[in-house]
Amino acid sequence: MSDFIKSTKESNQIVIIETDGYLNNEGGEAISAICYDKMKSGQNKFLINMAATKVVNSIGVSILIEIIEKLQEVDGKIGYFNLAPIVSKTFNIMGLTKYSTVFATEEEAVSGL
Amino acid sequence: MKQPSVELKLPIIPNMELIATQTADVIARHMHLTEDQAGEISMALIEACINAFEHSKAENNVFIHFLIEEDSLVVKVIDQGIGFDKTKVEIPKIENKIGKDERKRGWGLQLIQELMDSVEFESNSEGTTVTMKKNINK
Repeated sequence: MSDFIKSTKESNQIVIIETDGYLNNEGGEAISAICYDKMKSGQNKFLINMAATKVVNSIGVSILIEIIEKLQEVDGKIGYFNLAPIVSKTFNIMGLTKYSTVFATEEEAVSGL
Repeated sequence: MKQPSVELKLPIIPNMELIATQTADVIARHMHLTEDQAGEISMALIEACINAFEHSKAENNVFIHFLIEEDSLVVKVIDQGIGFDKTKVEIPKIENKIGKDERKRGWGLQLIQELMDSVEFESNSEGTTVTMKKNINK
């Protein structure tokens, strides 16, 4: 597993991926590898805990757009929680919040996705 | 008295943009910028560096100049690449990217313009200078 992925777990049939560090192309690909692998076994709900990811770039975030697109094909969803303010703002500017959801906390995310 | 400045020379190596953001954070603290302002400067700087690293086809270094002014921070990102025509860069929209063949990337300039108070591009066949300004809220 990539160093960028701190942990993965499941709760209420949702896969929760905890990241650690810079969301660049490698970080984005590490997330997508997990999502696409889990989607093969039928899972289609994903949450990303970004508490330890304070810095992102648009290439890494673009890979999240690719994941959103793939999830649309299987009626799936993705959400995020524990975002730094600049990460949240970046997601807004790039329009991710039109197709996926930002939650404040894990509890809110698990119940709201 | 001349305004203080900080200059960096970054080799074109993956993730070197993080050196620029660390310097920006130190300067932001010195200038008593808010956490939001510091984050916006860092994010814009990352995108400007990535553009310089990836799209300019520059072969040497990218130069970052931080100019600490009384009421603003000016950041210049300078490359010696092939230049670009900003009028040919489309404004990205996620609606045009989701579910379509269009590439998902291409957000750098949009982010820089949204996050900074003013942005200027000077570009020709010998390189590009992006000048970004963040005003200090007093």
